[in-house]
Amino acid sequence: MSGPVLSLRGVSKRFGGVRALVDVDADVHEHEVLAVVGDNGAGKSTLAGVLAGAHRPDAGQVLLDGRPVLLDSPAVARSLGIAAVFQELALVDDLDVVENVFLGHETVRGPLLDEVAMEREAWRLLDQLAASVPEVREPVRTLSGGQRQVVAVARALLGSPRVVVLDEPTASLGVRQTAEVLNLIVRLRERGHAVVLVSHQAGDLQAVADRILVLRLGRVHDVFDGDASYEDLLAAMTGAVRPGAPHRRGQR
Amino acid sequence: MSAQPGGTGLPGAVWQRVRIGTGLLPIVAALVGIWLVLGAINPAFLAPENLVNLTLQSAPVGVIALGVVLVLLVGEIDLSVGSLSGLAAAVVAVGSVTLGWPVALAIGVALACGVVVGLGYGALSTRLGLPSFVFTLAGLLFLAGVQLRVLGPLGSINLPFESWFVRSVQQGFLPAGVAWALVVAVVVASAAGQLAARARRRRADLACASVPQVAVRTFVLAAVLSLVVAYLYLGSARGIGYSVVLFALLVVVTDVLLRRTRWGRSVRAVGGDRRAAMLAGVPVRRTVVLCFVACSTLAALGGVLAAGRLGAANQGTGGADTYLVAIAAAVIGGTSLFGGRGSAWSAVLGVLVIQSIANGLTLMNVDQAARYMVTGAVLLLAIVIDMLMRKRREA
Repeated sequence: MSGPVLSLRGVSKRFGGVRALVDVDADVHEHEVLAVVGDNGAGKSTLAGVLAGAHRPDAGQVLLDGRPVLLDSPAVARSLGIAAVFQELALVDDLDVVENVFLGHETVRGPLLDEVAMEREAWRLLDQLAASVPEVREPVRTLSGGQRQVVAVARALLGSPRVVVLDEPTASLGVRQTAEVLNLIVRLRERGHAVVLVSHQAGDLQAVADRILVLRLGRVHDVFDGDASYEDLLAAMTGAVRPGAPHRRGQR
Repeated sequence: MSAQPGGTGLPGAVWQRVRIGTGLLPIVAALVGIWLVLGAINPAFLAPENLVNLTLQSAPVGVIALGVVLVLLVGEIDLSVGSLSGLAAAVVAVGSVTLGWPVALAIGVALACGVVVGLGYGALSTRLGLPSFVFTLAGLLFLAGVQLRVLGPLGSINLPFESWFVRSVQQGFLPAGVAWALVVAVVVASAAGQLAARARRRRADLACASVPQVAVRTFVLAAVLSLVVAYLYLGSARGIGYSVVLFALLVVVTDVLLRRTRWGRSVRAVGGDRRAAMLAGVPVRRTVVLCFVACSTLAALGGVLAAGRLGAANQGTGGADTYLVAIAAAVIGGTSLFGGRGSAWSAVLGVLVIQSIANGLTLMNVDQAARYMVTGAVLLLAIVIDMLMRKRREA
């Protein structure tokens, strides 16, 4: 396997007195789903935010293809091929599906928007995700939770980013919709994207993750292979140590 | 289930048009209703001469309301538009009369004042994160003070009647032939644009409007424009004033900017959900600053037009209820106070509603007190409707 696309080296981030991330190392490869799990407050969303350019680390480096990069804003990360789907999805309810997918990256034809090209591309992205969005000119407010998730992912895929960061994509979804989103993630991996999947639902992740990074109190507690047992993950997340865990690599 | 471009049901583009259309339809109906009632009470209201007056009264405050629409769309407000318009009027009068500048230069300086104030507001909003309600309230007082200082001890300065500026605002009207030529040009351009868009969508295999739909829309547009022009040039009526032409042009340009450009899309996104827009990579700060600048500049332009219409600038120009009328007009016209939803056309419709009521009640010799109360009631109604629609959407 080639080297990692995106790496964190010794990344720390604090919010006031709270140490959200402490000296975190992580690597993301193409054709791979890296899951990040942890209990509430373990620093998962902060880690996603650092990768996506929403948070700037206080210390440490973000490396893209081995070279340090400065991710100032989601727009900068985006331009470097790192797209994120945030927990709150960041969709504008009053805008329709096409407008949301292209928000901030609209196609223009001369001085005016090229609605035809955008509508076609939106259909192409949604088809590629085998999405069940019936109509792209309806405000996203009218869509179901799963459909909104699909729209947010479609937006992330615009311009074929190399890394897709998904923050808690299944948190607000039902059983069937969760399965749809997990299918979507497998499809992203098959298409060669590097996927970072942040979740606290350890059970969901085992289905799709190639590697599972466990955060606890802002530190990387452990990295498991994708077939780690539920008990091991739970133990690592909560700190209830289970001696002799088989997949433990003893990173730290 | 696979997504089919142009699947069953009404095609997307058509729905979008319908949505935009239905947004403005209630207010158009209300306007027609108001005209019928006022005309029934006093037929003089519907006389072409009076309606020409109505358009001339509406243009200056309409230009201000257009700017207010932009700040409301981005989720902010500007309470100082009245004071700023008064200051702009004072700058034009003092510059061109007292200081002897060419009128064009004085107008340019007045508009530049608007740009500077808008940049200041933009900085206060995006850099310091202050609420616009508060700093534009401060601006309202501050600019009113500057206006008085600029006017000096006299308090009122008359513009020379023979200057091209006053003449064109007060007595400049499109010749009937030109007005009709414009109607034809607009209708042809609209039909051609719709057919071209239809052809492109068809080639791209997307849902598109049918030819009868295009024909109906074109016919309605032609009928409305012809009716307006025919009526305003009827008998001794003077027709369409240059200031009205300027207002209409600004509305059309703003409408295209809002609906068909990246900037317009950013405005709606920032007003709809600022954090989501920021995360999606929309340049939020730039969008907000530009809206403040556009609003202040349009407010200054409205003040310039008011000075031209009055032939003078005094301490009352842009004072009293100007800013309330401009903001009320934008809201009555259907632009949401909560940001994200609205249209350039709401400035036109809202101003026509308010000025129709004012004009009609004046014709009936009803006093200022009743005028305020009726306008207040209409504004309340508009806000209630806005709130109810918002609730229903979120339900």
